Amino acid sequence: MTVLELREVSKSYRLRGFLRQGPELQVLAGVSLSLRRHEILGLVGESGCGKSTLARLALALEKPDQGEFLFLGQPYWRLPRRERRNLRPRLQAVFQDPAASLNPRMRIGDLISEPLRLQGVSREETRDRTLKMMEMVGLPEEALSRFPHQLSGGQRQRVALARALITHPEVVVLDEPTSALDVSVQAQILNLLLDLQHRFGVSYIFISHDLPVVLYLAHRVAVMYLGEIVEMAPAADLEKPGLHPYTELLLASIPGERKKRPVAGEPPSLLRRPYGCVFHPRCPEARPLCQREKPPLRRVSREHFIACHRR
Amino acid sequence: MEGGTLLQVQDLVLGCRGRSYPLVGTVSFGLRAGEIFGLVGESGCGKSLTGLACLALFPSGVKPLSGRVIFRDTDLLSLPEEKRRKFRGRHIGLIFQEPLNALNPVFTVGHQVEEVLELHRGLSGEKARRETVRLFSEVGLPDPELRLRNYPHELSGGMRQRVMIAMALAGDPDLLVADEPTTALDVTVQAQILELFLELRARRGLSILFISHDLAVIREVADRVAVMYAGEIVEEAPREELFSSPLHPYTRALLAAFPRLGTRKLEVLPGQVPPPGTWPRGCRFAPRCPEKIPLCAEKHPELKEIRPHHRVRCLRV
Repeated sequence: MTVLELREVSKSYRLRGFLRQGPELQVLAGVSLSLRRHEILGLVGESGCGKSTLARLALALEKPDQGEFLFLGQPYWRLPRRERRNLRPRLQAVFQDPAASLNPRMRIGDLISEPLRLQGVSREETRDRTLKMMEMVGLPEEALSRFPHQLSGGQRQRVALARALITHPEVVVLDEPTSALDVSVQAQILNLLLDLQHRFGVSYIFISHDLPVVLYLAHRVAVMYLGEIVEMAPAADLEKPGLHPYTELLLASIPGERKKRPVAGEPPSLLRRPYGCVFHPRCPEARPLCQREKPPLRRVSREHFIACHRR
Repeated sequence: MEGGTLLQVQDLVLGCRGRSYPLVGTVSFGLRAGEIFGLVGESGCGKSLTGLACLALFPSGVKPLSGRVIFRDTDLLSLPEEKRRKFRGRHIGLIFQEPLNALNPVFTVGHQVEEVLELHRGLSGEKARRETVRLFSEVGLPDPELRLRNYPHELSGGMRQRVMIAMALAGDPDLLVADEPTTALDVTVQAQILELFLELRARRGLSILFISHDLAVIREVADRVAVMYAGEIVEEAPREELFSSPLHPYTRALLAAFPRLGTRKLEVLPGQVPPPGTWPRGCRFAPRCPEKIPLCAEKHPELKEIRPHHRVRCLRV
């Protein structure tokens, strides 16, 4: 069952210019994806690919210019305000830097329980559920009366997770949740995320620039490039041949083994979006067709989609 | 000193004004000519301070409490500041994580490299310009002549990092200290810059002290690797040996916690790195160590050579 769906969504921002309007920046160009119940969908791509904008749309923080955002089967932005407000708590977010997203003047206990208080849950129940939640994310009871700056980065991310899950949401969008953490702490948080996903039966959209991390966690992976999804596949399929040339470049770029790699430029600016296939200027297999025509996201096997003329 | 050693750090201890405990120490290692030496560890382990100390640079408040940093035959720490400054740039180049902070936004990148050439090699005018173009093409900047007139903000992250590498090479140094030089870059660009470091080493016979938190990056470039934990080196070995048969429990835990392609289960190392001032008296890793014995809490282990070129700081090994 699908819990969240984006259908052909586009999003542009007008850049601020001096005395006149700046150019328009198309950050997302007709992106579709769906998230199933109990699923972890990984979203991977380099900076500027639009993955964080996609996160904001999936969190209903922003409205798409075009396309539809469906949450629990309902067209979110066409619902009356009151219904939207009721749906909101069922969508939660965890961002990269918990120091920036947690109010520094609130105590940990209040931060975690705030969503419950907003829902008017009784004081005793709030306390019980907060303590239980803290135990589940591995925070000691003493942390209750501390402030965010008194905790380590890993502990703060545990607070952000507890706060996101305490209302038993349907979907949690995780935007680079472990990118600021050290390796040993990252492993703790990744395993905690898996554990919590099992316990709560929640669905995740997990966004990261780090392909090995995404592949460790996700059931399905969407690869983004310049505001488009170029490949969507079950995580296990990314270990097989026949992938989108950009996915192949990402995989080959993972450091660790000294092997010669194709040098393939840098992602172009969104202001100079290539015509045809967005990846063709860097693609080793590009043909004239790739410069003229944009390849559609085509099904190559049951759950595997690729946007490439050459596959 | 063994033959071919370019830089020798001996018993280095760094402290901080107003604090009674050390921030780094005791650290000893040697860098051979033409070698890429990787320094890896989690945040707060002291790897960046150690890297800066190799240029006799200390952030404000930090000072060496003991030890020597010997480059060829000169102890950098005993030189007066003026002489140290001449040494840096000319013999040792420095590359940071974020080139935007290191490049001056109001001058063209060409001008900034020419300035270094004038300071360290006495080149000026047309000569400096030609050498800058040569350096730009050496570090793989496209259209090097056009780049001369670019300001830092006009370049992409990868190109800025190439400019910074060109600037570090301008004094024709023998050693580069690169502190997380690819951490701010996208993976596909990171791969290119890592390749560039390997090329530069092969072409110029440079030695590189490569500092990173990223085990995969270190594995990609380093010939020898030292793992730091809580201000000291806990293991040092040739690259292949460190990754295939790590001996220190911390190295092993770090490798097991690092996601690679095909990882099915990440092993979790509980707890976190103790900050300076809270280091345990015995082995600094003992409180988190799955293999500790009672003695570990008592006795601070020495960095011992277990096999040829493989040093480990553990009582159990």
